[in-house]
Amino acid sequence: MFNYVIRRLLIALPVLLGVTVINFIIMRMAPGNPVDMLVNPKLPAAAIEAKRLELGLNDPAYMQYLNWLRNLVLHGDLGYSMISYAPVTELIGSRMGPTLLLMGAALVLGLAIAIPLGVLSASRQYSKLDYTAVTGSFLGISIPNFFLGLALIYLFSLQLNWLPSSGMRELGGGGGFLDVLLHLILPVIVLTANVAGRNIRYVRSSMLEILDQDYLRTARAKGLREFLVVNRHAMRNALIPIVTVLGMEIPILFGGAVVIEQIFSWPGIGQLTLSSIMNRDYSTIMGLNLAAAVIVIAANLLTDIAYALVDPRIKNSYRGAAQS
Amino acid sequence: MNLFKRYLGRKAALPAPFGAEWTAAEEGSGNTGSRKMFLRRFRKHKLAVAGVAVLGALIVCAILAPIIAPYSPTAMTDEFGAAPSWKHLLGTDPVGRDQLSRLIYGARVSLSVGIGSMLIASVIGTVLGLVSGYFGRWVDNVIMRVTDMFMSFPYIMLILVVASIVGPGLTNIILILGFLGWPAVARLVRGSVLAVKQTDYVKASVALGYRTPRILFRHVLPNTVAPILIFATSGVAGAILDEAALSFLGLGVQPPDASWGNMLASAQTLTVLTSQPWLWVPPGVLMIAGVLSINFIGDALRDALDPRNNK
Amino acid sequence: MRNSELKDAVGSASVRSAGEAAPLLELDALQKHYPVRRGLLNRPQSSVRAVDGVSLAVRQGEALGLVGESGCGKSTIGRAIVGLEKPTGGRILFEGEDMAGYSEAKLRNARTKLQMVFQDPYSSLNPRMTVGSLLAEPLRVHGIVPKPDAAREVDRLLDIVGLPRNSQDRYPHEFSGGQRQRIGIARALALKPKLIVCDEPVSALDVSIQAQVLNLLKDLQQEFDLTYLFIAHGLGAVRYISDRIAVMYLGKLVEVGPAKELFLRPKHPYTKALLDAYPVPNPQLRNRERIMLQGDAPSPADPPRGCRFHTRCPLATPQCRESEPELKGDGGHAAACFFPL
Repeated sequence: MFNYVIRRLLIALPVLLGVTVINFIIMRMAPGNPVDMLVNPKLPAAAIEAKRLELGLNDPAYMQYLNWLRNLVLHGDLGYSMISYAPVTELIGSRMGPTLLLMGAALVLGLAIAIPLGVLSASRQYSKLDYTAVTGSFLGISIPNFFLGLALIYLFSLQLNWLPSSGMRELGGGGGFLDVLLHLILPVIVLTANVAGRNIRYVRSSMLEILDQDYLRTARAKGLREFLVVNRHAMRNALIPIVTVLGMEIPILFGGAVVIEQIFSWPGIGQLTLSSIMNRDYSTIMGLNLAAAVIVIAANLLTDIAYALVDPRIKNSYRGAAQS
Repeated sequence: MNLFKRYLGRKAALPAPFGAEWTAAEEGSGNTGSRKMFLRRFRKHKLAVAGVAVLGALIVCAILAPIIAPYSPTAMTDEFGAAPSWKHLLGTDPVGRDQLSRLIYGARVSLSVGIGSMLIASVIGTVLGLVSGYFGRWVDNVIMRVTDMFMSFPYIMLILVVASIVGPGLTNIILILGFLGWPAVARLVRGSVLAVKQTDYVKASVALGYRTPRILFRHVLPNTVAPILIFATSGVAGAILDEAALSFLGLGVQPPDASWGNMLASAQTLTVLTSQPWLWVPPGVLMIAGVLSINFIGDALRDALDPRNNK
Repeated sequence: MRNSELKDAVGSASVRSAGEAAPLLELDALQKHYPVRRGLLNRPQSSVRAVDGVSLAVRQGEALGLVGESGCGKSTIGRAIVGLEKPTGGRILFEGEDMAGYSEAKLRNARTKLQMVFQDPYSSLNPRMTVGSLLAEPLRVHGIVPKPDAAREVDRLLDIVGLPRNSQDRYPHEFSGGQRQRIGIARALALKPKLIVCDEPVSALDVSIQAQVLNLLKDLQQEFDLTYLFIAHGLGAVRYISDRIAVMYLGKLVEVGPAKELFLRPKHPYTKALLDAYPVPNPQLRNRERIMLQGDAPSPADPPRGCRFHTRCPLATPQCRESEPELKGDGGHAAACFFPL
């Protein structure tokens, strides 16, 4: 097991390095540069040149990359924002919390809805409940995030005036637990609808597959009540593959966060991403992409390990798991 | 990706005694018996059948847009943000363009984004997945690690960055979504190839002395088409949603070109939300209906093409 | 040294002393080890010795039965012969030539002479091709017959294996297991091979069908002067079709001999155990002395020292635990046992 974890880590490292390279290449392809946006074009060329030198924009590409990498590895330094001059790590650090709160809440809630609904749906296949749950899950994945967000704002903030529609806390004096919770409700509903939508059918089909197995037929044949068959025998095995969902959900949720944070003015990573992109703030974008990739890779690593821990069959087949 | 692995792994793992049923169910194009079976199973999904009707209608609209649409989608009239009337059945937008005409042309744009980008992604992903799965060893390792890298970026973030660099617009969006969408297809195809590679008919092809390209394209690829098709269907829906999200963030298809996404996205002001519902309800409904239809079809395909299912 | 002695015992000696035709196929100390990767760096740390030094000659026109429990390496040998596995040691000589040195093109061509009939008739036919195109494909690829004659040749192949000609337009799933196996046989025949490796060709079929397919194989052998390497896990299936039988245990040959003699007078305790496992109809023979196998075969990843069979052999002595017996015998009947029966 220990070896397995180490091996997975060793595979993750070059992937991470590759991520930074791709990241860098994409950034280099970008036309225009932050100096153009920062500096008054009427300034003398020499001043602009000085600025370029200062930002290291005149070095050859690979030097820029190596510099960036060296600072990152040696000092945990992602450089400075080319717009606000704040250290990128600080910028990201201050935004990470709200985004993780948003994503975490949506993930937990979404699965809390999807797992019981999926299991129920499967154990009563072709019932009304099944059809409703499946149709609902299709709706969850077919409605554009921002559309649902706007609709919720329209309904709950504008018409009913029950919930705040933007920000994380009330301006002035806010910020208590209840305040944040109220602000969290609408954006979390949107992301939760997504998570639940994607996973109800997944849980359901995973469960259906298990319910069809011989050992469950045996369990029924020996007279176990259906409740026990479903909850004791089937669910344990059906939920194992669901562990892997966590790894798949994280990158999707990051994407969702970009849109949701924009709608609800949620002060997280997504907002920062969009504003950095609009401002061509390369160093911040690179830092953001890297941070996101680290989280995604870490999530995948954890789910793989969790999977290996939960499923006794995986432990010995290192190779297959390592390549998934 | 385990979802696909599990789905595909089953095929190979099936014990011989069940072979009779599942090979009979091993559906296919060009074969009357299994085509009938396919249709029968597909028809059991009422929602998917409805989906085919809706999608069919949308495709017809998209193709015949210049004939059906009452106005040019970009022509501005003198009525700005007017409510629906006999002259403009769905009203006009804030710059005075006929909303119905824009919706019809929007179908064109949204569907071509969905289908076009998924085609590109499928071709790239299929070729890489085939090569990776069939040759294995270092080729597989390299391709899969690159796939890992691309999949480690949150998809939307990556698209946003690239879109901001190459610039928005219809063609660019299709290209971006296509060129960034292949990793999932590649993994799927690879898993599928690994399963097919184990079959005796592929081994027989080697023993019969066929060349590798023939084995890949005549024997391996046709047997991995079903999962690719299923995935691509839901991918089309996903791409339409992604374009909408990009439009919402200002990096999608740009006005005056109309897509359902950017029509919906332009309705995010409070006044439009509260007092001009004709600007956001119709594109919202069409978009949801279109995406839902495609997803229903994909689900029915999954059932109808699944070799395990022989009801 | 040992290799050549082994070869003497089984291959050349037995073959040539019998004064018959030179071998069509010769395995010379064939070896296939699969690395077992473990640990941090995924380095091969040990290996599964699926085939561990097998020397065997298959004569032109004979049917050689290769028998052993599952996991003994018999199928690996079959796959190595048709080129689906790369041996890790030893040579495979076909018509006296080692194919390992062949160029890609020459190898593809040579393969047409060596074909295989697979165990599972359900997975050995591409489900997306009609029977007609399945059979025409090898003809086309290797230019066996001129293009216009392909359809007629396919008809001929279908006739040969006893399937109706209108099968051409149908798909494999429309046929029963036995019929599918006939299609598989027809496909193997399409290239006019000299040797066909039959990898348990009837074990996946209903018992009632097995005899039909075996009969077909036997008829085809005479009609086309074919040579068979017939792999099976029990002696029953090969008795009917084989001229000679080779018995494998844990990657090694334990006994080789003419079918009749091997059945009447098995020399190796393992062979005897396999024979004794079959019920005998004559009640008076029921009390005969039998060797019953106990337990499972040891893992080929970690085969026992000495004679590989000693852990399950009722006659094992300290010598069997210490050193490994070599295959030797006379009159073409050889066994690897210090105390042949």
